[in-house]
Amino acid sequence: MSVALEQDNRFLAAFDDWRMSGGVRPPAWLADVREAAVARFAELGFPTLRDEDWRFTDVEPIARGRFVHAPPSAEVTLDDLRPYLWSGESACHLVFVNGRYVAALSNADGLPPGVIAGSLADALQAPARGDHWIQDHLARYADYERHAFAALSTAFITDGALLYVPRGCALDRPVHLLYVTAANGEPLATHPRNLLIAEQGSRLSVTETYATLGGGVHFTNPVTELVAGPGAVVDHGRLEREGPDALHVGTLQIHQRRDSDVRSHCLTFGGALVRHDLNVVLAGEGAHCLLNGLYVVGGRQHVDNHLRVEHAAPHGTSRENFKGILGERSRAVFTGRIVVRAGAQKTDGKQSNRNLLLSDGAKVNTRPQLEIFADDVKCTHGATVGQLDREALFYLRSRGLTAAEARSLLVHAFARESLEQVGIEPLRRQLHALLAERLAAAHALEAPP
Amino acid sequence: MLEIRNLHVRVDGHEILKGLDLSVHAGEVHSIMGPNGSGKSTLAQVIAGRDLYEVTGGQIVYQGRDLLELAPEERAGAGVFLAFQYPVEIPGVSTSYFLKSALNAVRRQRGESETDAVEFLELVKDKIQALGMDERLLSRALNEGFSGGEKKRNEILQMAVLEPRLAVLDETDSGLDIDALRIVADGVNRLRSADRAFVVVTHYQRLLNYIVPDVVHVLVDGRIVRSGGRELALELEERGYGWLEQEAGATAVGA
Repeated sequence: MSVALEQDNRFLAAFDDWRMSGGVRPPAWLADVREAAVARFAELGFPTLRDEDWRFTDVEPIARGRFVHAPPSAEVTLDDLRPYLWSGESACHLVFVNGRYVAALSNADGLPPGVIAGSLADALQAPARGDHWIQDHLARYADYERHAFAALSTAFITDGALLYVPRGCALDRPVHLLYVTAANGEPLATHPRNLLIAEQGSRLSVTETYATLGGGVHFTNPVTELVAGPGAVVDHGRLEREGPDALHVGTLQIHQRRDSDVRSHCLTFGGALVRHDLNVVLAGEGAHCLLNGLYVVGGRQHVDNHLRVEHAAPHGTSRENFKGILGERSRAVFTGRIVVRAGAQKTDGKQSNRNLLLSDGAKVNTRPQLEIFADDVKCTHGATVGQLDREALFYLRSRGLTAAEARSLLVHAFARESLEQVGIEPLRRQLHALLAERLAAAHALEAPP
Repeated sequence: MLEIRNLHVRVDGHEILKGLDLSVHAGEVHSIMGPNGSGKSTLAQVIAGRDLYEVTGGQIVYQGRDLLELAPEERAGAGVFLAFQYPVEIPGVSTSYFLKSALNAVRRQRGESETDAVEFLELVKDKIQALGMDERLLSRALNEGFSGGEKKRNEILQMAVLEPRLAVLDETDSGLDIDALRIVADGVNRLRSADRAFVVVTHYQRLLNYIVPDVVHVLVDGRIVRSGGRELALELEERGYGWLEQEAGATAVGA
């Protein structure tokens, strides 16, 4: 344990340095939350392989890393961001460099009245509607009492996206949140903190993209709290396309009220070690949630998707469809837990995790977990791990397609369902391109043994 | 066009073809008949290049080239087509996308220009109509949920689109009702020409009422034991395969 403490202390020391370094003082209530979170993080420490929820994902590289709290960077230009932004779109985009909002790189003009789209840090300093509503939501959902990385994020709450869509407002333009870490030679740590609120009967489409400029090891620990009010409809995307040495532990905490409909897409292409914690609470009756996931990994990438959907009210439906395409010596972990609380009758939960292994060296651990405390529910789960069908490959080749074309076609076919479910059009287009690019890489489609 | 000499093929350590000879010329239709397990499908798959089968001896010369040297896709480019006995279902790939990919793949290999979307649709719609199929099949996933008859007709549609030089039909008649059988046979007959050859593998004589062969071969235990004209097929229908199997057995014992 002493080793773990010493490692944790690096982040604790970083917290002290950062707090002492001045900067803008947070509101008193937030200062209290941060102190509580850092104290809790000191108690929890980083999870180890002995922790059931982290059995297959070793965060040693994060715990041992000598990460530096990322300083603001002024050197990033729009041209640097071009590969990640949605081209030719009227999308509203907010850019965060090293965890901080950069207005000069962002475009949030012309939003409907009442909509807030901007920097959390700015809002905390100059609350648009008094800060009590931020206080009502921020750090209220992501549980820093139980989760070390949520505690770490909460301790470092500084900036991130603040999105607020008022009651009955349909925000037609998709919002794109782009988080880049701009390498400066040091291993940087960022803790973007996002609060996304769709009030009753509103509509919101929002996508988070995580990317690396330059290269090298860095650590990203984003936490997003998404609140869908009664009847709100939210499309949410999270695209991880950071550099090959990035360490990423992200939390998405979704809180759904009555009859809300949230469709969240979790897409992993980049990063060395990637963990997504997706926690959904269907708090109100008749809420519907879709968690759609696709991970396309190779090399020695490690991706861990950890889902927990809690049905806390009756008549809720949840769908979890995660698919993985794994090449070379990559590794995927999937844990899908559906919890049905007593009283959450007529719950309808379906979960599926399907994996396609393109090489003998790739590996998958998949675990469905159901905890049901109500008696009138319908819950199913299924998981598969397979390789490309040799009969199908031969069939396609016998029609003239090369072996590589045939494999590519079958892999696209496998991913297609996941991509088709992405209702955020510019994101879907980008995903098709990313997938094609990934499969075109020479090593991605190894011949079967 | 196709010259097979003394072909020996193994699968999982078992010898299936044991010195098969076959000679097919352009413009001809050959039928390969024989009892179950005689090696008919193995022959068809080996011609198309299935890697499950190990060729341990003999050769296959196609249009002067050593066919066994070619990858399956190269064979397709060179004009070889196999209508599968069990066409594979491929969810997530539309029939239209697949057909266009295949057509462009063979066109590339043949040094021809690729087809655009409009040209392709025109071409394929004609052929679909001729086969009595529904255009809506184009947007359906390839073979997914197709009935047996639809799958077989889809094979013939692919053949019509790819316009091969040598088409091998592997039990395309199995599981077809008489109307579907006629449609399939029409599809084949429409493609018959002086520069094209067919090898029709079948268990039953029935198909040969509609696709009239020039030569009928009987395959028993990995070898062609008898060849003849169309009348041989009729004789087989009457007498079954037993007498030929006995003869072949007697030869094997005697040898």
